[in-house]
Amino acid sequence: MRRLLDVAVTAAVAVLVWQLVVCATGVQHFILPGPIRVAEALYDHRALIAEEAMVTAAEVTIGLLLGAVLGAATALHLMVSPLARRFLLPFLVFSQAVPVFALAPLLTLWFGYGIWSKILMAVLIIYFPVASTFYDGLRRTDPGFLDLAETMGAQPERVLFLLRVPAALPSYASGLRLAAVYAPIGAVIGEWVGASQGLGYLMLLASGRAKIDLMFAALLVLALFTVLLHAGIGRIADRLQKAVQ
Amino acid sequence: MSPGGRAPGIDLDGRFEIGGAALFDGLRLRLEPGRWTCLLGPSGVGKSTVLRLIAGLVTGGRFDGRIRADDGAALKGRIAYMAQSDLLPPWLNVERSVLLGARLRGERPNRERARRLIERVGLASHRHKRPSALSGGMRQRAALARCLMEDRLVALLDEPFSALDAATRAEMQELAFETLTERTVLLVTHDPVEAVRLGHRVYLLLPEGLEEARLPENVPLRAVYADATLHAQAELLRRLRAVRLQRRA
Repeated sequence: MRRLLDVAVTAAVAVLVWQLVVCATGVQHFILPGPIRVAEALYDHRALIAEEAMVTAAEVTIGLLLGAVLGAATALHLMVSPLARRFLLPFLVFSQAVPVFALAPLLTLWFGYGIWSKILMAVLIIYFPVASTFYDGLRRTDPGFLDLAETMGAQPERVLFLLRVPAALPSYASGLRLAAVYAPIGAVIGEWVGASQGLGYLMLLASGRAKIDLMFAALLVLALFTVLLHAGIGRIADRLQKAVQ
Repeated sequence: MSPGGRAPGIDLDGRFEIGGAALFDGLRLRLEPGRWTCLLGPSGVGKSTVLRLIAGLVTGGRFDGRIRADDGAALKGRIAYMAQSDLLPPWLNVERSVLLGARLRGERPNRERARRLIERVGLASHRHKRPSALSGGMRQRAALARCLMEDRLVALLDEPFSALDAATRAEMQELAFETLTERTVLLVTHDPVEAVRLGHRVYLLLPEGLEEARLPENVPLRAVYADATLHAQAELLRRLRAVRLQRRA
């Protein structure tokens, strides 16, 4: 509660400074609209913004889910398959040398202007951090646990699921936290490159028509969504961590 | 507390190399059946390596020689292991930790027996607690219950009590000795007090080989305050210090 209050105070001060800057400099509203103007735009276009926000939220959420599942599956696969470690791992590392943003036009070309090219963009951007943090965690199991399991005559796949996976959940949780930050970036970039829906598309459209107040309003909603997403995923990550500590 | 069957004696002889240098050479160690053998020695001399070799665990070096049980059967699957840290997964409560071996092997867990053993080590009212809610002594009790649950004829203990305070340690030594009866036990320790209390035989592992320590006539578990115990402990400490001085010179 205390933290919420602190955030509110900071936000109020920022809005005040913003309004003062606009008044003091007399800057044109199509360069930098004041907070009141943005609030008006937000209210006037609430139906439109809500509709576009739902699209972006869907892209990000589906992308996040898919990325989290695919990343975890990849990490587990790398643990059990020497062949995957030999051939897939170097490829994964190499794939990180390609900036994901550069792939956005290609994804749009292949998967069209709909939500799937954006979902894929989000998946691509979070897949590697999730897979690599989880894989690291799986490999760093306390060797003492593994010694114990060895003397107990454990089956390897049971060691994986009863010892390695629980011990790696905190690492997986940090991967998810990162993913919550990256996923909206992926989706919005996808929307900028080519879309007919979503907050990124709305921002581009508004900017093209010099409706900077609408652009700011969309940006504000996007920022709010990202913060909420981060907080939500943070809570899930905390739960995962608490479950094994 | 005794498992079925007769505990085997164990013989190890051979040479161990790590990074091209011999850690020990021509070492001959015998663990007598159903008895406690304590292994002491300066750090880095290879006490834990000997234990890990018998346990069949990775050592990071090369062993040339033989490790065999005197009943001719393989040692694999007949060993229970306790380490310095309790190795209780933080996400499992005491009862689940005690049942871990069965779950890792895919066997049906015997809860009834686990509860009896948890009661035996004095943790009956704590069996649903996780390690973070237990003291260091209680955690080692849980680890002992798990070791007993494995029901193996050979127990390999790698400094299991060294992180405990003196009073708790004495209590744990008694509990371990009483519960691990009729097993062949190897205890690696750096504590001469512990070795003299618990060992049927006590060896010093030195770079030049094993040296057997002199013990009182009586059998363990030896009384803490008996003159003969204290005397033997003092002698052993004197020898350990002499070895340390020699090594430094």
